[in-house]
Amino acid sequence: MPETHRRPASNLPPLSLHIPEPRYRPGDTPDFGDIDVPAVEATPRPGEATKPDAMRDMCYGLVRVLDFDGQAKGAWDPKLSAERLRAMLRYMMLVRAFDDRMFRAQRQGKTSFYMKCTGEEATSVASTMAIDRADMCFPSYRQQGILIARDYPLIQMMNQIYSNRGDHLLGRQLPIMYSAPEHGFFSVSGNLATQYPQAVGWAMASASKGDSRIATVWCGEGSSAEGDFHSALTFATVYNAPVIFNVVNNQWAISSFSGFAGGERTTFAARAVGYGIAGLRVDGNDPLAVYAATQWAADRARTNNGPTLIEHFTYRAEGHSTSDDPSAYRAAQEASAWPFGDPIARMKQHLIALGEWDDAQHDALRAELDDLVKTTQKQSEKLGILGHGMHQPFETMFEDVFEQMPWHLKEQCDQMLAEQEKKFGPNWKPE
Amino acid sequence: MNMIEAINSAMDIMLERDPNTVVMGEDVGFFGGVFRATAGLQKKHGKTRVFDTPINECGIIGVAVGMGAYGLRPVPEIQFADYIYPGLDQLVSEAARLRYRSANDFICPMTVRTPFGGGIFGGQTHSQSPESIMTHICGVKTVIPSNPYDAKGLLIAAIEDNDPVVFLEPKRIYNGPFSGYYDRPVEPWSKHDASAVPEDYYRIELGKAATVRAGEAVTVLAYGTMVHVAKTVIEEMGVDAEILDLRTLLPLDIDAIETSVKKTGRCLIIHEATRTSGFGAELAALVQERCFYHLEAPVERVTGFDTPYPHSLEWAYFPGPVRIATALEKIMKD
Ligand SMILES: Cc1ncc(C[n+]2csc(CCOP(=O)(O)OP(=O)(O)O)c2C)c(N)n1
Repeated sequence: MPETHRRPASNLPPLSLHIPEPRYRPGDTPDFGDIDVPAVEATPRPGEATKPDAMRDMCYGLVRVLDFDGQAKGAWDPKLSAERLRAMLRYMMLVRAFDDRMFRAQRQGKTSFYMKCTGEEATSVASTMAIDRADMCFPSYRQQGILIARDYPLIQMMNQIYSNRGDHLLGRQLPIMYSAPEHGFFSVSGNLATQYPQAVGWAMASASKGDSRIATVWCGEGSSAEGDFHSALTFATVYNAPVIFNVVNNQWAISSFSGFAGGERTTFAARAVGYGIAGLRVDGNDPLAVYAATQWAADRARTNNGPTLIEHFTYRAEGHSTSDDPSAYRAAQEASAWPFGDPIARMKQHLIALGEWDDAQHDALRAELDDLVKTTQKQSEKLGILGHGMHQPFETMFEDVFEQMPWHLKEQCDQMLAEQEKKFGPNWKPE
Repeated sequence: MNMIEAINSAMDIMLERDPNTVVMGEDVGFFGGVFRATAGLQKKHGKTRVFDTPINECGIIGVAVGMGAYGLRPVPEIQFADYIYPGLDQLVSEAARLRYRSANDFICPMTVRTPFGGGIFGGQTHSQSPESIMTHICGVKTVIPSNPYDAKGLLIAAIEDNDPVVFLEPKRIYNGPFSGYYDRPVEPWSKHDASAVPEDYYRIELGKAATVRAGEAVTVLAYGTMVHVAKTVIEEMGVDAEILDLRTLLPLDIDAIETSVKKTGRCLIIHEATRTSGFGAELAALVQERCFYHLEAPVERVTGFDTPYPHSLEWAYFPGPVRIATALEKIMKD
């Protein structure tokens, strides 16, 4: 043993290194019976101006509204109209229909990559519906629900996924990395958690200009381990920035379970405590709880009471992405054993319990949405799919690196155009 | 004005002219910055325009990206260029690419100011010259002034630019030009032409080199502190050298370089940064590509060494007069 690795002489037992292990692996039968599911009425609703240290318990409990019989109860019930509830259901169902269709499109080789948010639809849809249309969202990559809840044209999402000639990002970004400023949707980065400080900066700018808009930002629980996350929380608390931090705790970061982000020791909402930020832990599969918590945080931000960190306790019911095979690292029945059910099923049950919905309506809506997605897909595919020819003029590759193209990029562009002319002749046009 | 005052004046003017300009960074507010570059700005323009930040470079640059996307023109200060690394991802992956990846949906008009370079006994972590790393990032402009007049005009142009700019301030010459002889008294800027800095607004276009000294025998490419060191050595040696102060490394003034090297037929490149993959390598390659048939001697580089910046042996590391003179003698031989 090298001298430096030698144990010091003592009577103490040797130290041991802890490597987190998820509770279940392929072949195991998951049992989540020990997860604390507080009664819906158990969670109090503090006032929006409550000081963070007076609401620490909120970081360890669970904000819930819908019980498992589909009744909305307790202090957090946002008491939405039936019309609004149906709109929420519709958006969530549209996200799922869209995901299913695009996932299949990837499998059919029409694009390179796709990411579903199955089981997590509430964390983006309900959250977006609870803020103002003019507020700026800084999404990670699993928040397609924001665009859908803001009625962004589906075809534009598809055009981006296919990198076709309708893609307003000119085929530069990986599929699903949308950008839609006019819908308050910030450009998605492939680098995890980078959007966290950016959202704080946007919120600080809004505050310094006396604007009334706030910023919201999303990351996964895995990404909350990034330095950017902690930078953002520091800046947000220092400047009391009007921002809502969403941590979507879906238990898995690709194959690494939440323990590798520190989830074995505490909740992700509790990260707020150390920063003096308000923290809420929410049943992420309960759209009404997500809505209520976000509305609370938005009111808080908008009245200069500062930032809020919301942990959405949920489960990733599908693979991480089209490049992932979750059966290789997690127990097959985890999603169905998850004690909080499915957000769409719970919303449906709630509306039915209210007498505002029924199975036939539900099936009809699903068929309508599937049809809408399918028809839109056909239109989008008319503009091309990835790999079938090139859809953007070659020179766009060099545009927008800077506002004006410097000489070295012009030279490189000319070189590339000459190469392409050799390959394709002078009259080549994008398909 | 000395260089710090000129930089201060540029920010002062931009804070005055454009309500979207904000200045931020560690200690920049009440105190006015550890080098005093932001002195008095908070008092004059208010705490929401000029403010201190946490010691968190990732946060400083990341927050500035969000501010830029909102419509502000942030001017973040990184206290020493050596500390830009904790914020580098926000610069490389976010600020630099925002315009491109969003096809102009979002832009990031920020100017990251930071003191760089050695010669102040700053040791390994207060002396580095990261300019070649900056120029290797697609989407960032890199500017390095060498005197007060240029510093002000270039900084104003940088702040007004709609792309992210890294503005590297050679801290060795904040208070006066540096001859390269550390054992000689330092002249203050007040004795130098470039200290005549107009109080008012003016700008120097980015991407344009300046001819510091015209000559026929050899072209010397330098920037920042090394412009002055080169000038001293050349004057002492009596070589008829042409010195180009590059001022902006990206975009680079290739025309000025090409014209001068074709005229003189020889080229010496000087920088403080470590040698391997330094900006000198890029310059040498460009000169070779464009001026090969006009060259009468191999292109030479004078640089720092490929070691971390040493503290007590600083002056042995520094590309000083002896190293420059030796290279010049070699290049002028045939
Ligand atoms: C900075 C950075 N490191 C690593 C990756 C590769 N990566 C992509 S997704 C992912 C897992 C993220 O998990 P989590 O944050 O929990 O979000 P989820 O996918 O569960 O929604 C990783 C490691 C990345 N995109 N960016």
